[in-house]
Amino acid sequence: MNHLFDNLLLAGMATGPAAASVALQDSLMTVAYLVSGILFILSLRGLSSQETAGAGNTYGIVGMSIAIGATLCLATTARIDMGYMAYLAPALVIAVAIGWMMAGRVAMTAMPELVALLHSFVGLAAVLVGFATYFDQSGRHHGEVFLWEVFIDIFIGAITFTGSIIAFLKLKGSLSGKPLLLPARHMLNLGMVVGSFVLGYMFVVGTTGLYETSATGVVTVPTIEQILGSDAFLYLCILTGIASVLGIHLVAAIGGADMPVVVSMLNSYSGWTASAAGFMLGNDLLIITGALVGSSGAILSYIMCKAMNRSIWNVIFGGFGTTGGSSSSAEAVDQGPHQETDVETLAAELGGARDVVIVPGYGMAVARAQHAVHELTKQLKERNIRVRFAIHPVAGRLPGHMNVLLAEANVPYDIVLEMEDINEEFDRTDVVLVIGANDIVNPSAMDDPGCDIYGMPVCEVWNAKRTVIFKRSMGSGYAGIQNPLFFYDESRMFLGDAKDSVEKLVHALKA
Amino acid sequence: MRVGIPKEIRPGERRVAATPDTVKTLIELGFTVHIESGAGLEANFFDAAYQEAGATIAQVAEIWGESDLVLKVEPPSNEEAGSIKEGGHLISFIWPGENEGLLDTLKGRGVTCIAMENVPRITRAQKMDARSSMDNIRGYRAVVEAANEFGSFFTGQITAAGRVAPATVLIVGAGVAGLAALGAARGLGAVVRAFDVRAAVKDQVESLGGQFLEVTIDESGDGGGGYAKTMSADYHKAQMDLFFEQAKDVDIVITTALIPGRDAPLLWESRAVEAMKPGSVIVDIAAAKGGNCELTKPGEVYTHTNGVKIVGYEDLPSRMSTISSQLYGTNLCHLLSDMTAKGAEAYKIDLEDEVVRGAILLQDGTELPPPPKPEPTPKAEQAKESASKAAKVESPAPAKSKGHGHGGHGASDGTKQTAFSPITSIIGFLLIGIWAWLNFAYEPAPGFEAPTKFLQHLTVFALAVFVGWQVVWSVTAALHTPLMSVTNAISGIIIVGGLLQVNQQAGLVAVVLGIIAAFFATINIAGGFLVTKRMLRMFRK
Repeated sequence: MNHLFDNLLLAGMATGPAAASVALQDSLMTVAYLVSGILFILSLRGLSSQETAGAGNTYGIVGMSIAIGATLCLATTARIDMGYMAYLAPALVIAVAIGWMMAGRVAMTAMPELVALLHSFVGLAAVLVGFATYFDQSGRHHGEVFLWEVFIDIFIGAITFTGSIIAFLKLKGSLSGKPLLLPARHMLNLGMVVGSFVLGYMFVVGTTGLYETSATGVVTVPTIEQILGSDAFLYLCILTGIASVLGIHLVAAIGGADMPVVVSMLNSYSGWTASAAGFMLGNDLLIITGALVGSSGAILSYIMCKAMNRSIWNVIFGGFGTTGGSSSSAEAVDQGPHQETDVETLAAELGGARDVVIVPGYGMAVARAQHAVHELTKQLKERNIRVRFAIHPVAGRLPGHMNVLLAEANVPYDIVLEMEDINEEFDRTDVVLVIGANDIVNPSAMDDPGCDIYGMPVCEVWNAKRTVIFKRSMGSGYAGIQNPLFFYDESRMFLGDAKDSVEKLVHALKA
Repeated sequence: MRVGIPKEIRPGERRVAATPDTVKTLIELGFTVHIESGAGLEANFFDAAYQEAGATIAQVAEIWGESDLVLKVEPPSNEEAGSIKEGGHLISFIWPGENEGLLDTLKGRGVTCIAMENVPRITRAQKMDARSSMDNIRGYRAVVEAANEFGSFFTGQITAAGRVAPATVLIVGAGVAGLAALGAARGLGAVVRAFDVRAAVKDQVESLGGQFLEVTIDESGDGGGGYAKTMSADYHKAQMDLFFEQAKDVDIVITTALIPGRDAPLLWESRAVEAMKPGSVIVDIAAAKGGNCELTKPGEVYTHTNGVKIVGYEDLPSRMSTISSQLYGTNLCHLLSDMTAKGAEAYKIDLEDEVVRGAILLQDGTELPPPPKPEPTPKAEQAKESASKAAKVESPAPAKSKGHGHGGHGASDGTKQTAFSPITSIIGFLLIGIWAWLNFAYEPAPGFEAPTKFLQHLTVFALAVFVGWQVVWSVTAALHTPLMSVTNAISGIIIVGGLLQVNQQAGLVAVVLGIIAAFFATINIAGGFLVTKRMLRMFRK
């Protein structure tokens, strides 16, 4: 990417605006944008199946390079001044380095945080672009429609920015994963949205008042001093603040099992932000790409919500429809004693089994136990025991999180099944190993209407002859709900670090 | 609702459409069950056992004349079809292409008829997939028949009386039946090789301990949807040569190759039979469809002049009538349990149900057009270990070769392998056209930015939303995270907005803000693509 970028840069400098007519450059730019738009579509399409996914990513990279290259070299109406290149170029190089470092170093288990953090950058960039365009002195952009577009861009951008930051902190564990459920939060949200729009209207009217139209119809935009001294700018700042608070509040109200969908939802927001910026700047490439990302993110969220039987509104507005606080009773109920197991017993049980299903959860990710689990799989297979994986749609902190981890450990993907494909087979399974999962195997989701996750499909592991739960402690899971499964007669707890436990088990099997 | 189970009357047919076990399930579902006296006898199920399970023993005329729903294995004869109750229902294998006049007779009686062979091979319907159940049995039985005819051990042994080499088995066509045969032959201790034109099944063959043979010509035999397609002449020749070479070496050959809607392809030429060692055995599972082997005599065991035995039995599942009745009966129960979600009184034909729509031939005597999605059922993808417990395989074939297959919005079921649907492509072109027009032909009004421009943007926006919407429906669940991270990288396109502000006329404030925006967007782009790349690198089989 760097090379292409540099070459295009050089080419742009060599030819310069004088060499080619403006019209030709405009056409070239359109073609370049067209090509990169198509490449982005191909990229998304490529990502829909395993075989084409790699090519899809490459399409995305090429599309992005073309878009940036064309913008740098061919823009005529807003030509990039080479004088600024001394600042721009190092900034971009540093940014690439930072991006690579973050992406190159991140552990696969920390992927969700990274994606959330990256979303916040898009939101931040959109807010900055919004302000930059507003301060633009060239007179390229003006008019009421334009100002409304500035407002929308900044509004969505700010929500994306702060929302993503909160999501990042929650996923990272710096903030509690529990939803923050303020009283009257829906009214609060509504109030903030309405307030923003009122301020937006005042901002548009105020700024329009600063325009000066000469007799010949030429419009002069306000100077920076005028803007800074105006009420309209103050309104814009306040509404940016409100949108930021709204973003924080929206995401803070979502927690537990909905968290994976939030990341996807924020992904969608970041797309809409880019699209709004496109409207503002009159740039079709931004509109198209933003809309692609926005709609694909929205669909992805919808698919996930459907898979989890969650309300999409719950994810958008947070805590929608939950009564809040009614479920804590479950923790108070004395569940009776749980039964623990040890390596030798478990190894013997596995030795006598014919059909084993492994249900991984976030605990496996945290303990980085995926390689040990793969080793376990191999051991069992060598003994002609059928081993399969049951992946819950929201196991981990991102949908598909478990698939990524198991793929990293070289587990063949055809023994990794989706929950709905395997759920009916648990009653024919001898041993189920639940590794670091909790909420996704909670029977309360099926039979306790007061439970927070009631209605979410779960892996019905309790139907198996024996369920062994690998868990660090007897504490509750991400959703903060007690799990009656642990106290069932057929359940055995295997407490300890998932990786250590699995490794010990592999060792015992080998012996 | 009264269900009737007649005795199968085709000569040599030993199966029955219900066993005492499945009768119990049917009764639990709310049906009353009547079964013809002696119907299960050949499958070792006695009338008494059926009675104990809750069924009523009845005579044949009563079964056909008075049942609301008749369950059968083999297609009914024309006489049977003629005696079915007017407007009754029938669930069975039908194979209308091979049973002329049957559909007409059924039509005449106003029958609603579901053909088990048409149950679509989608994830949800695996438990109803009677063809896979039968193929699984065919494969297993083929090995048993081969062992029966073969004059030696399958497993290698070192005995006091000398060393016995293990038998070498070649399986041609690694579908459900082929994989079942592979497993069975391995279980007996044979060395097993398997051949299939679809390279994608290699892993499945190897996972069962088989050696996968390949033709050195580079051509994919994947016809889409898990089927094999007909191959080029060069390929065909190379394949025949491979078989000819193998013939000299192997002791047992089991051929299972079928191409839907056609005669079985000729794979084992007479020269290959000639090349085999005396005492070798060929089991031709495709015998009923004309056979894969040139010398197969359908229905019998034929010994060729060089001492090679060719088993051409057409009734392999029927030879294991106990288990095949049980599996088939269970498939029927699963189907009926889906059709009677609200109890047997609520039994109805729901054409919205993909499975029912796929399998139904006649409704109240009217022939229904083929289902809107006439996707051929994948032959063998799933059978990792055995057909009935088929594991789900995610897009086993290179997507390129089926790029234009259309599967509708499959998000609701397991088949999320949709590529571009044609409508998406059309919309895509439309979008491109409009965009080009806007940029090349349209001239904006001088001075103010007209709202018309906004409307154009809106059009472009709406179309792009639609394209994004279409593209993403087809994503497999395992790729959600990479998809999210690549869209995240792409949303870094906001950098363009930043760059456009780095412009003298825009003023210093705008430039500075623009550069900062570009800076953050770039982190996003670089990080997003790299992280996607890292993730995808791990998705190897």
